[in-house]
Amino acid sequence: MYTLSKNLKLSAIIFMVVGALLFAVDAMYMPSSIADIEAMHAGDDHGESHDTAVSGEGHEAHEAIATAKGHGDDHAVASHQAEEGHAMSEAEHNQHLLDGYKNKPWSAVYVAAFFFFMISLGCLAFYAVQYASQAGWSPLLLRVMEGITGYLLPGSIIMLILLALSGFHFNHIFHWMADGITDPTSENYDKLIAGKSDWLNVPWLLIRAVIFIAGWNAYRFFAVKFSKEQDEATDNRSHKKSFKLAALFLVFFLYTESMMSWDWIMSIDPHWFSTLFGWYVLAGMMVCGITTIALITMILKGAGYLQSVNDSHIHDLAKFMFGFSIFWTYLWFSQFMLIWYSNIPEEVTYYIQRIEDYNLPFFGMLIMNFLFPLLILMNSDFKRVNWFVVMAGIVILLGHYVDIYNMVMPGTVGQAWSFGFVELGSLMFFFGLFVLIVFTSLTKRPLEPKRNPLIEESKHFHY
Amino acid sequence: MASTVIHAIYTDDDVLMNAVKEVKKKHLHINDIFTPFPVHGLDKAMGLAPTRLAITAFLYGCVGITVATVMMNFIMIEDWPQNIGGKPSFSYIENMPAFVPIMFELTVFFAAHLMVITFYLRSKLWPFKKAENPDVRTTDDHFLMEIDATGKDGEELANFLVTTGAVEINLIANEA
Repeated sequence: MYTLSKNLKLSAIIFMVVGALLFAVDAMYMPSSIADIEAMHAGDDHGESHDTAVSGEGHEAHEAIATAKGHGDDHAVASHQAEEGHAMSEAEHNQHLLDGYKNKPWSAVYVAAFFFFMISLGCLAFYAVQYASQAGWSPLLLRVMEGITGYLLPGSIIMLILLALSGFHFNHIFHWMADGITDPTSENYDKLIAGKSDWLNVPWLLIRAVIFIAGWNAYRFFAVKFSKEQDEATDNRSHKKSFKLAALFLVFFLYTESMMSWDWIMSIDPHWFSTLFGWYVLAGMMVCGITTIALITMILKGAGYLQSVNDSHIHDLAKFMFGFSIFWTYLWFSQFMLIWYSNIPEEVTYYIQRIEDYNLPFFGMLIMNFLFPLLILMNSDFKRVNWFVVMAGIVILLGHYVDIYNMVMPGTVGQAWSFGFVELGSLMFFFGLFVLIVFTSLTKRPLEPKRNPLIEESKHFHY
Repeated sequence: MASTVIHAIYTDDDVLMNAVKEVKKKHLHINDIFTPFPVHGLDKAMGLAPTRLAITAFLYGCVGITVATVMMNFIMIEDWPQNIGGKPSFSYIENMPAFVPIMFELTVFFAAHLMVITFYLRSKLWPFKKAENPDVRTTDDHFLMEIDATGKDGEELANFLVTTGAVEINLIANEA
């Protein structure tokens, strides 16, 4: 049995407290009126209060673009607060920035919450694949996966609460939730969004979210229950039940994951749509889930647990990290290239905004998510060296945080983006929460399944 | 100089593996082993150096992506930068997404084909090559280990090989 060490628990709590403090302090100093924005613009004192150099540069770059294009540029159209497409006056422009700043703390929480939720969901899908494919190498790692998916319930409830808060107008992350947007008599009326309102309306969004979350958590609950039963059983009935359940779950998961990605991510840019978006989110999810399995396995093995795990298991996980990183890149590029090539205005604005305003994170994540793992994890020998895999894993996880950031931020904060204390704070908070919950749930049952039918094969797994 | 070799024939890959370990322990030199199918772990037991084919494939892939980039940069950007459907042909990077499928395919093409040709060259395989088969049964269900027996007591060696499970032992003297 694994016991949670005091140091780990304390570090996780410190991460949460420090994260929450950083978040609160920075959120307090967010510009709250047009006057604040004007003060930030005045003179050369960008970022005098709390903002980092990054956000200062952001403003300069943005001003340059705005001047060059006479305030009626493409990304004003792309940005959902200004779909009229007419030239923006200075006041409107400042209002636009202010809306972004108001969204900033909310979006920072949303990105971090989704990122850690996505790790546990990706891990759950990988877990189900192990059962459905009757993999012989992985049973030793099943308990690690069960531990990571322990975050699924809290993580998905946090996501549901965040969605509900958006639905009750506590923030403006989802533009399609705005008042009067589907009402032809309102000045907020948006014909395109009104046309999608059969799908995009708050009650139906929340009902869907509840169905998805209930389904995923039900699978997790029963899979863990069956795996516990199998430990004490005298036959393989629980294992077979788990096998069938895993197959059913994977069908359910593929549909719900796709819809979840439309609802929770794609609808942030409600004028834009992409058919392979669900796959793209799925690929990122799987990479993060597998990377986290590898990292936690190595931590546990390093601490003297999981003695039977050998470097062939790590090698296999590293192969999956490598393969899914490339799969993610394939989908990223397919989506980007198809839209770039055809250059249809209603689709391409999505990328214009990201390339103009988010250039560094947008292309930087390609180095972190593709080039780095490609070169580091290609060599078979490197995949057996723990610190190489750890290094690649950390870069991959950070890269996929940036990926989620790129999906959410342009539609919510637009040009007001930066990686400041709200983002860092919420990332630290959820990291601490994730570590606390995952390692606590690892203490709940023995780390090695006792009589899984494939456990002997897994113990002698050798590549 | 006349050299002698011993051909020891086995009928089971497990027995063969153990025999290889025994022979290695005695510090006898194994010239070659002929098997009808790949025996997992045989190369490790024989102490063969790992293959470097994967490294050559990586380098060939690098050549492929370079060829693709240089070719398309010359044709599409430098030599005749036309406006084709509004695609930006001012610099390579601006039009790069359109070139990526070709860059990818040529990388794979070069890596795969040149590696296969390297394999043929290194293992000396070609269409009209004369088969080097010491015993036709080794392509069906027999395993043959060839041991250098020059200057050794053939009788003693043969007796030792029988204890390792060989079903047939032939002493072959090459007059050269």
